[in-house]
Formats: sequence, C-alpha cells, structure tokens
Amino acid sequence: MEALLHQILAGLATGGIYASLALALVMIYQATHLVNFAQGEMAMFTTYIAWSLVNAGVPYWLAFAATVLLAFLFGVLIERLVIRPVEDAPVLAVVVVFIALLLILNSVTGWIYSYTIKSFPSPFPKESVFGKWLSSHELGAIGVTLVVVLLVYGFFRFTPLGLAMRAAAQNPASARLVGIRVGWMLALGWGLAAAVGAVAGMMVAPIVYLDPNMMGGILLYAFAAALVGGIDNPWGAVFGGFLVGVLENVLGAFVIGNELKLSVALAIIVGVLLVRPSGFFGSVHVTRV
Amino acid sequence: MALLEARALHAGYGQTRVLHGMDFALEKGAITALLGANGAGKTTTLRALCGLVKTRGEIRFAGERIDGRKTEDIVRLGVAHVPDGRGTFAHLTTEENLRLGAYIRKDRASIDADLQRMYGYFPRLAERRRQQAGTLSGGEQQMLAISRALMLAPKLMLLDEPSFGLAPLLVVELFDILRRINQREQVTMFIVEQNAAMALELANSAYLLETGRVVLSGSSDVLKRDDAVRRAYLGY
Repeated sequence: MEALLHQILAGLATGGIYASLALALVMIYQATHLVNFAQGEMAMFTTYIAWSLVNAGVPYWLAFAATVLLAFLFGVLIERLVIRPVEDAPVLAVVVVFIALLLILNSVTGWIYSYTIKSFPSPFPKESVFGKWLSSHELGAIGVTLVVVLLVYGFFRFTPLGLAMRAAAQNPASARLVGIRVGWMLALGWGLAAAVGAVAGMMVAPIVYLDPNMMGGILLYAFAAALVGGIDNPWGAVFGGFLVGVLENVLGAFVIGNELKLSVALAIIVGVLLVRPSGFFGSVHVTRV
Repeated sequence: MALLEARALHAGYGQTRVLHGMDFALEKGAITALLGANGAGKTTTLRALCGLVKTRGEIRFAGERIDGRKTEDIVRLGVAHVPDGRGTFAHLTTEENLRLGAYIRKDRASIDADLQRMYGYFPRLAERRRQQAGTLSGGEQQMLAISRALMLAPKLMLLDEPSFGLAPLLVVELFDILRRINQREQVTMFIVEQNAAMALELANSAYLLETGRVVLSGSSDVLKRDDAVRRAYLGY
C-alpha cells in the first residue's frame, strides 16, 4: 500500500511535467490545428540554455527566468521565420517542417553541447519534507506546474491580449475586422508555448538528466496526455498529464515493469484514438461529407 | 464633405473580376445605401473597402489613401465592418465578443460605458452576456455583430445585409436603432441591402450597382421615384 502511494505521488510529479508540455501542444493545436512535433526538442534546447547559464554562475531562479524569456523569444522567432512561410501550405508540408525542426534542434544541440549526459540542478532542497513519500524536487515540480497552469489560465481568461489570442485562433477573419494582428497573435502563441515547454524541460531535467534525446519519451507522454484530455482542451491536457503520469508509474512499478513504461504512452494513444478520439473533454467535430 | 471616396475601384477573386471601376463617395455623417441584385458585387464592394479582397483603383478615407493596406490597419483608422454571416466568435461569450470589438481602444472607462450602452440598445444581449455567442439566435447574433462594430467607436460602419434572416418586426426595430445611432453618434454608414424599400427609407442617398458598375446614384427620395428602381427593386 505504501509503495503504491509512493508511485502515485511520484506519478503526479512527472505527470505535472507531461501536463506542462501537453499544455504547450494544445496551445499550438488550438491556433493551427496541428501538433507541433518539435515541441519537446524546443524545450530540450532551452533547457540547455538554462544549463549554460547555471554553469556560468547565474543563480538558479535568475537563470530560470532568463530561460523562460529566451524560450519565449525563440518561439516567436521560430513562428516568424520557419512556420509563417508555410502558413498556407498543405498539412503534410507543415508536419515535415515540424519534424525537420525536431531533427535540426536535436542535432544542433548535440553538436554544440555533445551527446554526453549532463546532470541538471534542482532548485529545491535535498532533504524532503515528506521523507520517503515524495522528494522535494517532485513536490516542487508539481507546485511549479500548478503555477504555470494558473498563470496561463489567468492570462487567457482575464487579459485583453489573452482574449485577442483566443479570438484570433478561433476566427481569424473576424479577428482582423476588430483590428487584431492575427499573425502576431500566432507568434505570441508560439512564444508562450515555448516558454511553458521550457519550464517543463527544466523541471524534468533533474529527473531524467540532460541530453539531446531527453524529451523523446516525454513528448510521447505529453501526446498521450493531450489526447486523453482532448487535444483542443487545455484543462483536459493538464488532467491528462497527471493521469498519464500516475498510470505510467503505477503500471511500470507493479504490472509491466519499468522497461516497458513507454509502451503505456503508446497504448494510451492508440486506445484513445480507437475508442474516444476526442478524449475526455475535447469537443466532437462533425463534418458533412 | 465625403468621409470616404472610391475612384475607378476594381476588385475580384483570383481570375474572376467582380467590380469594374466603381466611383462613389460616402457623405460624412450620412447613411448611404448600396442596392443591387444578387451577384452585382455589393458584398465585394464592402470587402474591398476594408482590404479583404485585392483591389485596383483609389480609396480615400478621411483624405488618406487606404487601398492596398492591411485590414487590421484600416480597422484601426475607425472602419467597422459588420460582415455577412455576422462573424461571431462562437466559442466566446457575448460579453467577450463585445469587448473584442473595443480591442484597439485604450480608454477602459469609456469601454465599460459603451458596453452598457450596447446593452441599452439591445437588452437581449444583456440577458445573454455570459452565454456562448454561438448559441445565440440568428437575430441576436446580428445584434451582437452590430454592437461589436459599434464598440470600435467607428467613424464609418460598413453593414452587409443587416436584415438578413431576421423577422420583419425585428428588421424594423433594427433599422430604427441604426437610425438612432447615426443621429446620436454621427457614425457614417454604408449599408448593403436586399430590402431596397427599407434601405431607401433609412438612407440619405444610394448607389445602384449592376454587375460591378454603378448605374444610378442620387438621394433616396429621387431613387425611390425612379421608375427602373421602383420596378426592379421596390416591386410596384
């Protein structure tokens, strides 16, 4: 029983990280109706920036803030330079661009920082308040996730800019008619998603260690999370993140073993698509044919 | 004085030409109607004015060239377009739709006052302020579209078939409100209508459009008495 509880709590901690990345995926999906396959590598790349800063002696939270800011600018830049030119291109062309971005970021990071695994610091104290139940980093990661989710929610719900971004994603033509610069809203969306992803990267790096391939598995879990929650529902993505994290840990520890953990994500993806493609909270789209 | 002037305005979609050199002017503070049969190019004319279609020719708004500019920039000059199909943000609430209308304005206090004014014009919208706009009836969405355009505090309002799909009583009420807004707030209006009789009743002057060309123009009173207009558009 104790072991189960421990696995559930640990699952919530990693689940929070999946939730953040899933949230980033959903943000891009809502604006473009495409899943950004490079989201994980973008997060990984920005986590390396944080590593460089920390290694250069910058205090952790300052490096954290700087990384989030740089990630935001990086996301905006990617939208402007890479995504914008293929705005009206067929879906598959855009998907190829996403995959290219994934490979480029992965290789460039490996080239700059080498593929050797690096350890990444946690900002939270070594000794845990909950003892064996939950390490303080896990607890901290849950807390950081919740703060990120609340900030994102508050931004979209209560600020005029957030409202404009929702409007631009939903109805670009009408958004232009009230004077919203739709192109910039998309770029901002990319920036925000990249910033949220960067937080996920910095929170997961102390657990999985830093290497250019660290986000491959995480991105799969995030996909599964976004799908479980409904790919167009931010709350669903957060819920899905925690659920997938717990399932992964509990099944990995007691049922299928840690070596097969990643297949939980794949099974969830296939299962959701087969049984309930709109997930728990997604909207069902009906099209006349 | 003309608030907006178009000279030799051409517009079209891809290879299809729709407007073939239109000339017209919108008197400041007045209501001008644009009449014509289906496919004459009425909607395209409005779309051309706010940069939603590619144009050739010259458009001046308050003396400034606006042809070839981006829609967002034209809107920011104070041109509000009530599009056909109403352009509702279906997943946002009624109130969010209205607040979006005032997106380019920075004067928060008067935005709130304007919101209340819209609810005064259209009490139905006040009842539905927290409701998803997509669930509103056609008539309510039309009211919403007009209010959203007014929230911009526009100098010029382009109205594309505001009577479309509305019950006759509602049309009368709506046109009444449009007249009141025009008189109280000095908003210049350019209104496209199938309902020519009502449009001529509301407007000070009108243009008659046939296959992308202005074939007749003048004050509403003159047009009402014109035999061709009477037979083709007023039906008596």
